[in-house]
Amino acid sequence: MTEFETVIGLEIHVQLKTRTKMFCSCLLGFAEEPNTRTCPTCLGLPGALPVANAEAIHLGLLIGMALGCELAPRSIFHRKNYFYPDSPKGYQISQYDEPLCGAGELGGVAIHRVHLEDDAAKTIHGGSSGRIDGSTTSVVDFNRAGTPLAEIVTEPDIRSAEQAGEFLRLLRTTLKTIGVSDVDMSQGSLRCDANISIRPAGSTELGTKTELKNMNSFRFIEQGIRAEVARQVGLVRAGEKVEQETLHFDPQTGSLTSMRSKEEAHDYRYFPEPDLTPVTITPQMLERAKAALPELPAARTARFEALGLHPDTAKLLAWRPELGDYYEQAAAAATQADGVAVANLVANELLQRLEADSDPADSKVPADALAALADLVAARAVTITGAKKVLDQLVAEGGDPAQVVEALGLGAVGGEDELVPVVQAALDANPDIAERLRGGDMKPMGVIIGFVMKETKGRADGKEVTRIVRSTLGL
Amino acid sequence: MSDILDLSAAQAIAAIDAGELDPADLFEAYRAASAAEDLGALSWVADAAPADLAALREQPLRGLPLAVKDLFCTEGVPSQAGSKILEGYLPPYTATVVQRLQDAGSSLLSKTHQDEFAMGSSTENCAFGPTRNPWDTTRVPGGSSGGSSAAVAAGLAPWALGTDTGGSIRQPAALCGIVGLKPTYGACSRFGMIAFASSLDQAGPFARDVTDTALLYAHMHGRDPRDATSVGLPEATVLPTAQRLDGITLGVPKDVERDGIEPGVRAAFDAALQTARDLGAEIREVELPHAEYGIAAYYVLAPAEASSNLARFDGVRYGLRTEAPDLLSMYTRTRHDGFGPEVKRRILIGTYALSSGYYDAYYASAQKVRTLIRRDLDAAFADVDLIVTPTTPGVAFPLGSKTDDPLSMYLEDYFTVPFSLAGVPAISIPCGLSEGLPVGLQLAGPAFSENRILDAAFALEGALGFDGSVARKGGAA
Amino acid sequence: MIDREQVLHVARLARLELSEDEVQKASGELSKILGHIETLSALDLSAVEPTAHVVDIDSALRPDVPHESLPREVAFSQAPDVADDGYRVPSPQA
Repeated sequence: MTEFETVIGLEIHVQLKTRTKMFCSCLLGFAEEPNTRTCPTCLGLPGALPVANAEAIHLGLLIGMALGCELAPRSIFHRKNYFYPDSPKGYQISQYDEPLCGAGELGGVAIHRVHLEDDAAKTIHGGSSGRIDGSTTSVVDFNRAGTPLAEIVTEPDIRSAEQAGEFLRLLRTTLKTIGVSDVDMSQGSLRCDANISIRPAGSTELGTKTELKNMNSFRFIEQGIRAEVARQVGLVRAGEKVEQETLHFDPQTGSLTSMRSKEEAHDYRYFPEPDLTPVTITPQMLERAKAALPELPAARTARFEALGLHPDTAKLLAWRPELGDYYEQAAAAATQADGVAVANLVANELLQRLEADSDPADSKVPADALAALADLVAARAVTITGAKKVLDQLVAEGGDPAQVVEALGLGAVGGEDELVPVVQAALDANPDIAERLRGGDMKPMGVIIGFVMKETKGRADGKEVTRIVRSTLGL
Repeated sequence: MSDILDLSAAQAIAAIDAGELDPADLFEAYRAASAAEDLGALSWVADAAPADLAALREQPLRGLPLAVKDLFCTEGVPSQAGSKILEGYLPPYTATVVQRLQDAGSSLLSKTHQDEFAMGSSTENCAFGPTRNPWDTTRVPGGSSGGSSAAVAAGLAPWALGTDTGGSIRQPAALCGIVGLKPTYGACSRFGMIAFASSLDQAGPFARDVTDTALLYAHMHGRDPRDATSVGLPEATVLPTAQRLDGITLGVPKDVERDGIEPGVRAAFDAALQTARDLGAEIREVELPHAEYGIAAYYVLAPAEASSNLARFDGVRYGLRTEAPDLLSMYTRTRHDGFGPEVKRRILIGTYALSSGYYDAYYASAQKVRTLIRRDLDAAFADVDLIVTPTTPGVAFPLGSKTDDPLSMYLEDYFTVPFSLAGVPAISIPCGLSEGLPVGLQLAGPAFSENRILDAAFALEGALGFDGSVARKGGAA
Repeated sequence: MIDREQVLHVARLARLELSEDEVQKASGELSKILGHIETLSALDLSAVEPTAHVVDIDSALRPDVPHESLPREVAFSQAPDVADDGYRVPSPQA
């Protein structure tokens, strides 16, 4: 049977975090009462004109830089003409053949372009307004109309649903890191459409693509892509054709429905927006954007890996800027523990004890406390097992790690002086085991360690116990 | 009272300053004349003088009344752009140009009728009835700002605001025997002007003479942060003083002969050229090889932009709505009922020209012709100071005579359109009569040369001695 | 040159209902006007740059500073149909 390769391109719309709208000075409106954030421009009143928001251009440049895009020295806006109640002017102002940012790359996926445009209004279908004259109605809220959007378009470089999800997570964390957007899919500040096609493995031609629209979580995007790929493979295997269409994925039922309307094919009649002049990027604008650009997640991941962190740990810490910051602060504060130990303590222990997605800096364990705990472990003043108990206490109550160790009586039994008699007692209590160990069979070592741990209430270090057993038995 | 209506704006200001005229009396005299007008020129007349007239009289324009073309948004005052789709529409804000004039001391007296959405050259395409020419009420006043030009010519206002996209100020000024200036594109803010063709629309003044034109214009232009295409002017407007044209070179387009000019217009034009020579001007021929393509390019660009600008009239947020059971029918019926035949025609042309497969042949080509015409004019203005032409090929035509032939109506703009496409300033001043009707002379200059144009127009005006009072006395007939 | 079907297609793109009479008339008038416009094809424009703006201004941008929005009742005052704090319209499908 023919093997198929999946070809996916993504179009991501990101609401930019400006104060005011793209082409007018209304504050952005999300939770406000409907239709309270409008003016002649964003309502499309007769005679009103757009003027582009300088901050939106700045944020667009930041995105372009973060995605390694070519930045156009001059870009222009076009009108994209279509009638719909959510389009107050009868056209969207978007960029067409001269976008702000050209080719770039993120996480191994080629970026085709990034351009700016204005968002549409919200149409609430049905609703309590119900039916008038036997027909159903919708109600339009123009608060969202005119919100600045950056549209990021990838090349069809993605080969699986997992890769799409991975790319989107990296994109989201990158956009969050540079502070251009809230990137919250559930709030609609990040929206993603996927163009999906399949082709026989090894083929270089593109198959007919379908477009999956408006999925509101990464998980649903991955599920939707898998479902669509399966549908397309099924069609082709059955000798049928994939039709170019727009689809809606219902995560509840896992079903795909066509959004094809009876409307004629879209003819957007693009032409240069005569109300706006070209945007020319000045050296000052580039300087400002460059200065505002923090270290990006991909670069931070690489830097953490170079420090010796496990790739998963590096990614975990680097893709959540607040974790990366916390980790770096703790690592810097630690005097004895190395970066890897601190990272593991953050990633494997602290995070398990905090609520998902919470910022550890807001917890009862400030970075310097975590650093102090890591130092105690490194100095063998507490075992890793003890440290976990200390951490439980710190997360719940806060406090100074050394005092907590003391208070809980978890101080490690470190010196030979203390451990040798206990080890000797263990060997004496288990003569048969001592005999086997002496004979070179190390399997029952755990029994001795267990005895010592019990005796020391877990304060002994397993490795140290082993060392003392060996020397006691002359091995 | 009729004598105070004979004062030019500058004379009225002088009389107010001399304590001989009360702005409230002047306003009331114009208000009464406007309320009684029978030309169909006005769409709205103020009930009373503005409450702050006392404060306005301290400003440069001394509270003088102003007539404003319908398509300028005026807060709380009907702004309908001559269209049924905006019948009774009350905007929540005022156009920048109107606001500037009010800040400079203008009192809003009236709104004037126009061709619907400024599409036309006769003001017959108005949802609220045609406007008549005060020189001969069986004839059109020109358009699209015909209500403004007729109002000024008939003495219903000392001056007025119009807009010019392809000739909509200059042509009606010519046909009504008054002065009309189309400024450099970008000199005046378009914010609050209900758009026809965004890359061409400009606000401009109408007045009885060049001095008043300059006076009103001086308070209109300036960069507006709400209009990204506005630049203002590099220098203030200076009231014109020139008596002579010594050292000025006027260019006459080479092909002006063959362009279907009526003999009477030709004679008046030639006489005006002779007057210019007598004043010391040098007359030289200039070549504008692409001017003849101006109309074709214009009738792609303007309708294309209009088709998009008029998409907002959809019955959702304001204006007319024809109820229908579903969204598509609501749109199509609202727009069917709300737009007049010429607007529909241009929406269809413009939509066609932008539609898939036709863009390059129409819109892109027209934009390229625009480049060629700009180059022609750049070359010409390297050689001459100003270009002169008749403003229109003929005088005011009878109502109804061109309504069935859109193309012949479009050719009214033959001499005005090239300067619109290039965005350069041009003025029309009356230069004589043909068959008892006024003939307009157009003077155009390079971008931002308004002062030069006004000065030359002032010198010519003085020497030509045109008498426009005929129309204020009830017309020649 | 522009036939009935094209007129109807363009009218639909433009969301304009046309009566049968209007369709008939439009076909003739548009053909005539487009015929005149086609005189442009006599020019060789291949090497000519288009002019979108006659004024050379770049980056007429606006600072990200808010203004007052319109009071809702003012915005609604001109609306044909308001319900549930929004502009009411018929749904796409009847």
